[in-house]
Amino acid sequence: MRLTVENLSVSLSGHPVLREVSFTARGGEWWMVTGPNGAGKTTLLRAIARTVAYAGETTLDGHSLRSMRRGALARELGVLSQIHGDAGGQTVEEIVRLGRYARRTGLLFPRDPGEGEAVEAALAAAGLTELRGRRMADLSGGERQRVYLAQVIAQDPRVLLLDEPVNHLDLRHQQQLFQLLRAWLGQGDRLLISVVHDLSLAKKYGTHALLLSEGCPLGAGPLQEVLTDEALNAAWQMDVAGWMRSLAAVWDTPGTQA
Amino acid sequence: MRRLLRWLLPAALLLAALMLGVGAGSVAISPGETLSILSAALRGEAAAGSHAVILLSVRLPRVLCVALAGASLSLCGAAMQGLLRNPLADGSTLGVSSGASLGAVLSLAFGLRPPFWPEGGVMAMAMLFAFLSLVLILSLSLALDRSLQTGSIILLGVIFSMFATSCISLVTAFAGEKIKSITFWTMGSLSGSTYRDALVLCIALVLCGGVLLRFAPELNAFSMGEEEAAHLGVAVRGVKLTVLIAVSVLIGVCVSIGGTISFVGLVMPHMARMLSGPDHRRLLGASMVSGAIFLVLTDLVSRTIVSPMELPVGVVTSLIGAVAFVVLFRRTKGGRAA
Repeated sequence: MRLTVENLSVSLSGHPVLREVSFTARGGEWWMVTGPNGAGKTTLLRAIARTVAYAGETTLDGHSLRSMRRGALARELGVLSQIHGDAGGQTVEEIVRLGRYARRTGLLFPRDPGEGEAVEAALAAAGLTELRGRRMADLSGGERQRVYLAQVIAQDPRVLLLDEPVNHLDLRHQQQLFQLLRAWLGQGDRLLISVVHDLSLAKKYGTHALLLSEGCPLGAGPLQEVLTDEALNAAWQMDVAGWMRSLAAVWDTPGTQA
Repeated sequence: MRRLLRWLLPAALLLAALMLGVGAGSVAISPGETLSILSAALRGEAAAGSHAVILLSVRLPRVLCVALAGASLSLCGAAMQGLLRNPLADGSTLGVSSGASLGAVLSLAFGLRPPFWPEGGVMAMAMLFAFLSLVLILSLSLALDRSLQTGSIILLGVIFSMFATSCISLVTAFAGEKIKSITFWTMGSLSGSTYRDALVLCIALVLCGGVLLRFAPELNAFSMGEEEAAHLGVAVRGVKLTVLIAVSVLIGVCVSIGGTISFVGLVMPHMARMLSGPDHRRLLGASMVSGAIFLVLTDLVSRTIVSPMELPVGVVTSLIGAVAFVVLFRRTKGGRAA
């Protein structure tokens, strides 16, 4: 699999938010999109998912994403976004079932023969089998995020876009979610592209990185080559590595007050 | 068994409401007699006796129209609430009903009718104006507030309703002797409905209702937000436009036959949701049945409570609806604060 992004630019109400971003991602890779606030990270994901107007070209295996129908696009590409509408009254299972929407075929009475199986597998993968009958409104933030993860697992795309998936999650749920994602990535010809704020998480789980600053790409490629100390310092205009080390050092000396 | 009950129980309740609707009134007709009159009529025998005439030529067409209009309005309300993720959305709160009335009134007062369908003038104008009002209100609220929040849509809808109502008053002032038939549209009443009206409503409900029921899974997806629905593969713009057109046509037909009957579409979907849950595949059907039952009973009240006079049913639904609106609005506000 090959996802290419060529000279992608986005303007929102007249202001350029993303300028000439290009990169090529292949199956099995986990891309970390990172950069300071306002760098255009979320906008990049929205442009690839076609929920914002863009200039430039995005292709998957040579096919332009722009010209795909919504249904076809959803079979190739799933999105786990940060903020979700109020799905309050629906049950966990109903939300996960929605993930199969693009797999249904038929004009008058669309059906998806694989729905039952895929939903069961997704519920099991996200550890939600017990909670399947619960209403979304009654779940904690971490549980809810797992439901949306189960939904994209059921959707079964080859490319998964994640917008700060662990935002608002506590440490245990962060760890859980990243392990689930790594497992998902390992199950075939798949690609993960995630926006992350936490550079430690990015370095721990990512294979490739795209560093953005004020809409401009500072680097794209294998993680070690892109997230160098110099590049990070330039992007954040501070001693990033030094600060991260000083934070980590707190754990080595018991009893210190930071 | 439970599945069967889920279908049988609403059907039985609807049938009971219909029987009550045709039986009760200034002249009471027992259910047994109702059945024998109906079966005689179905066998093609001519109506004999005053009861048979009352039942067949006055009450039955009216009750059929009332049930169909109730089902249509409630279905439209449920579909719009789902589409806009807004518990207060409905033909009357979004100004669609008043827009449709304005179209009907313009057609009545000035004889405006489309050249290709002269006898359907009132209906066509009602449908056209219903759709135009919906588009106008949604695009205005989009221009003012991109996030399409509950408050702004409802506010614009109410403002538009007031605007349309003043236009109607203005037209009425110049309408001369047509005043009486115009007042009818602003109140909402299904007295004097004919079998032809029932047939038109039935066709509209089958066509537009069929479209809306077909989009139940899409409406479920919309509940997560429009962008999320797009990520799931829903062709958002197409679905939205189709649903809005179906809703406008259905409300336009209802208004052209029964005038503005407000709040059925606002309140009944909420009642239905308590029984069916939020899944639109069940909710839409439940809304239709409960809307039909509700309006048949309300219509019964409106023609018996001050007998021999008759209140327009729209007045009764508005009285009930106004209270329900406040309760619902309070609840949604409370839910957001929590």
